[in-house]
Amino acid sequence: MTKGKPNMNVHVKPLSRIRAINWNRIQDEKDLEVWNRLTSNFWLPEKVPLSNDIPSWATLTPSEQKLTIRVFTGLTLLDTIQNGVGAVRLMNDAQTPHEEAVLSNISFMEAVHARSYSSIFSTLCLTPDVDDAYRWSEENEFLQQKARLIMEQYDGADPLKKKVASVFLESFLFYSGFYLPMYWSSRAKLTNTADLIRLIIKDEAVHGYYIGYKFQRELERLTEARKQEIKDFAFDFLLELYDNEARYTEDLYDGVGLAEDVKKFLHYNANKALMNLGYEALFPPEACKVNAAILSALSPNADENHDFFSGSGSSYVIGKAIATEDEDWNF
Amino acid sequence: MGQIVYYSSTSENTHRFVAKLGLASVRLPVDAGSEPPQVDEPYVLVVPTYGGANGKGTVPKPVIHFLNNPANRSLIRGVIAAGNTNFGAAYGEAGKIVSQKCAVPLLYRFELLGTEEDVENVKQGLERFWTRSH
Repeated sequence: MTKGKPNMNVHVKPLSRIRAINWNRIQDEKDLEVWNRLTSNFWLPEKVPLSNDIPSWATLTPSEQKLTIRVFTGLTLLDTIQNGVGAVRLMNDAQTPHEEAVLSNISFMEAVHARSYSSIFSTLCLTPDVDDAYRWSEENEFLQQKARLIMEQYDGADPLKKKVASVFLESFLFYSGFYLPMYWSSRAKLTNTADLIRLIIKDEAVHGYYIGYKFQRELERLTEARKQEIKDFAFDFLLELYDNEARYTEDLYDGVGLAEDVKKFLHYNANKALMNLGYEALFPPEACKVNAAILSALSPNADENHDFFSGSGSSYVIGKAIATEDEDWNF
Repeated sequence: MGQIVYYSSTSENTHRFVAKLGLASVRLPVDAGSEPPQVDEPYVLVVPTYGGANGKGTVPKPVIHFLNNPANRSLIRGVIAAGNTNFGAAYGEAGKIVSQKCAVPLLYRFELLGTEEDVENVKQGLERFWTRSH
């Protein structure tokens, strides 16, 4: 055909029509539920007064500052992958247009998370120190290996394995990093930064839950043999990631003597990642006894576990009034 | 020994936990428009929280509709909350709300589908709970 001139002989046959999304015709209620949850959780780093942490930042030793910047750079790398590759690849496998829309929200929020770490840096840190950490992130073998292992699955052809990788990233791989701001917060340091990280932690919980849910819906349709194959893959992959993650943790935290404490947090979150995929926990309870101060920084009173059953629940009180705005309570 | 009444969304997380307890149980309808069942013996309610907070929408609608029936409400003896510590102070919040509104104890909290340890704790805890006080 001549350049610039439309070829009128070509008939465009509408093999598949392009459809407009209709949020009033939902195939899977979970899509709407999660969309509502994510949009009502929406936030931007500007809403957190990070500059209030400047005096606190000055109390950290140079090596503690270096560790913190490196940890946040590592988290930025994972968010970058999830924003630009992970959530986008999952969109290609979406079963409903609403799932695609939810994933586009997830992708965008990962960009917000990545953006947030840069806000922390520009508020608290010196530019050369941050540049050093970015160089470190490209050279650190364990961080690069973690990124590579995830990218291999995203570049692969199996939609289920992509979801497994995505849930492990969302619900497990972030936590070697999330540990540190919770640790500082438990010592009344960088508390505004910790507030921002808690917003990220809430988002990641919804992402892991939703992608894990979609994974399980797809799994239901498969043969027992294929289900087993995927399960074997998931557990092998988790252990491969864990081995690398343990070394990444030692590399970062041995200097401050926290590596073993961080690993308990890793075990605890690895179990939750497996549960998001519908699998049983792998690490035994004694390996998952997260430092009470860390758990409390994450979720106040979570360590009490309201153990009314054991009889030790003498401190139990019926909770103080919680505002409920739902109109349909009749009492 | 009393029974379990529970809500589980299509994620089936809470359903799996309750199935592992091996106790008599009643599942509330997932669909908020369905008529809630009426129970006639004491029960412990297991209720999940799906993140968020701010009060509104925290307690699943089918649970609210079930408890709005005074006969059902008079038989509740305790609450077990499912959730995720990632949601901070809102961990298991629906359980706290029901516990407070119905003036019954929040007996236990667990995350997602619960671990084997959680299943054991709840099994043994409920056995003691029902023989001790009810």
